[in-house]
Amino acid sequence: MQPTHRSRRILLPVKLWFVYLSLFVALGLEYIPTGRMPGVPDWVAMVLAVWCVREPLHIGMGVGFVFGLLVDVGLGAAMGQHALAYVVLAYLCNNISRRVLWFPGWQQALHVLPLLLLAQGLMMIVRLLAGAEFPGWSYFLSSFTGALLWWPVSLLLLLPQYQPVERDDNRPI
Amino acid sequence: MSLVGHQPPPIFKRGPAPLARLFAFVAICLVLLVADLRLRYLEVVRNGLSVVTYPLQMAASTPADVVRNASRYFGTLIDVQLENAELRRVQLGAGERLLRFEQLERENAELRGLLEMSQRVQTKSIAADILYNAPDPFARKVILDRGAQQGVEPGLAVVDAYGVIGQVTRVHPIQSEVTLLTDRNQSIPVSVVRNGVRGVLYGVGRNILEMRHVLADVDVQPGDTLVTSGLDGVFVPGLPVARITRVDRETDAFARIDCEPLAAIERSVQVLVVGRASYPPPPPTDDAGGR
Repeated sequence: MQPTHRSRRILLPVKLWFVYLSLFVALGLEYIPTGRMPGVPDWVAMVLAVWCVREPLHIGMGVGFVFGLLVDVGLGAAMGQHALAYVVLAYLCNNISRRVLWFPGWQQALHVLPLLLLAQGLMMIVRLLAGAEFPGWSYFLSSFTGALLWWPVSLLLLLPQYQPVERDDNRPI
Repeated sequence: MSLVGHQPPPIFKRGPAPLARLFAFVAICLVLLVADLRLRYLEVVRNGLSVVTYPLQMAASTPADVVRNASRYFGTLIDVQLENAELRRVQLGAGERLLRFEQLERENAELRGLLEMSQRVQTKSIAADILYNAPDPFARKVILDRGAQQGVEPGLAVVDAYGVIGQVTRVHPIQSEVTLLTDRNQSIPVSVVRNGVRGVLYGVGRNILEMRHVLADVDVQPGDTLVTSGLDGVFVPGLPVARITRVDRETDAFARIDCEPLAAIERSVQVLVVGRASYPPPPPTDDAGGR
């Protein structure tokens, strides 16, 4: 696969252990206690979205479910809250994966933003139904920072798949 | 099925359709949510999974520790001196009250002995620091730096210098999670100091507490102090909790009573985890009690 649809560079196939490693790193970032600071992106959701768009055959709802549960346990949220959001996010990202890579980076971010917002909205609905208090609109800021970071994060995750440019002057084509 | 009656070749098989899997996963999630939020069945699963997450959590909390220690290190000398003077002043007042308290406690024990009443419950206390707010934005919880290894148990009260701030709701090996009184799912049984009227305080999400289940014609006034009643068998009786700010009797059967917490709930840093050293005997059941 290419890094963008315009690029002529062909990427190496991704190694599955790197996908899971990146997800665990995102989990670690997610666990950093930031208190009530608004706008801290949901790292696991972002990395999951990147891989669901890039590797729809390997990464999907099952991975989203498992990592959602891990996030729930670590953050002390309700069990299944993040799992539900990530499963829906993974499904939608898998669905748009064939389309979204034809756009430049910032337009990809515009595709992903509503999905991140939807995931957060789902979590909010679930918790409000269970009787929690409304955390304020700044809660949704993290989706916007997530969309801003979409292209940097996807470039970072694609880096290990780049191969050195081999110039072979004797190659016929 | 193809036209000639053969199955399609297995190379294209990818399991159930994505939409079907989506619905299956969503159904599982909803079951989990109900089991956790309504029935509280999943603490075992949570503890099991926390084996995976706990090392990561510990690693992730290091940056916060560094920031906290750095800010403590670079706190200016003047701040420390001011704080020191304030502490000396408070210490003096507290010492004087403590002298009287010891005498009263002895006197109380003797009087109770004379009246052949049971003794007051023994308490235990553990000093702890609040590390940070819990990351879940939908609840008002904080994380303490003491856990099961130091003897913290679920259900203990957490107090600061002025009153109760919350209750331990989940205990990890070296940390624990405290639900603050202002959380919407937190309640605490209290009684009025002046006349012993009992009620239950509920958090409403803002920095206000609401005393419910008090009849409209009961004698409560703005300014009354509320302490824990200890009737739940969990909290130690007599811890100060809140002061009544407004009483509205114009509603139906029950009065609407707003209170402000005495403790600096969202601001305190050093706290004490307080609990009963031993639990009271369980209430008599019907067949054993013989009414």
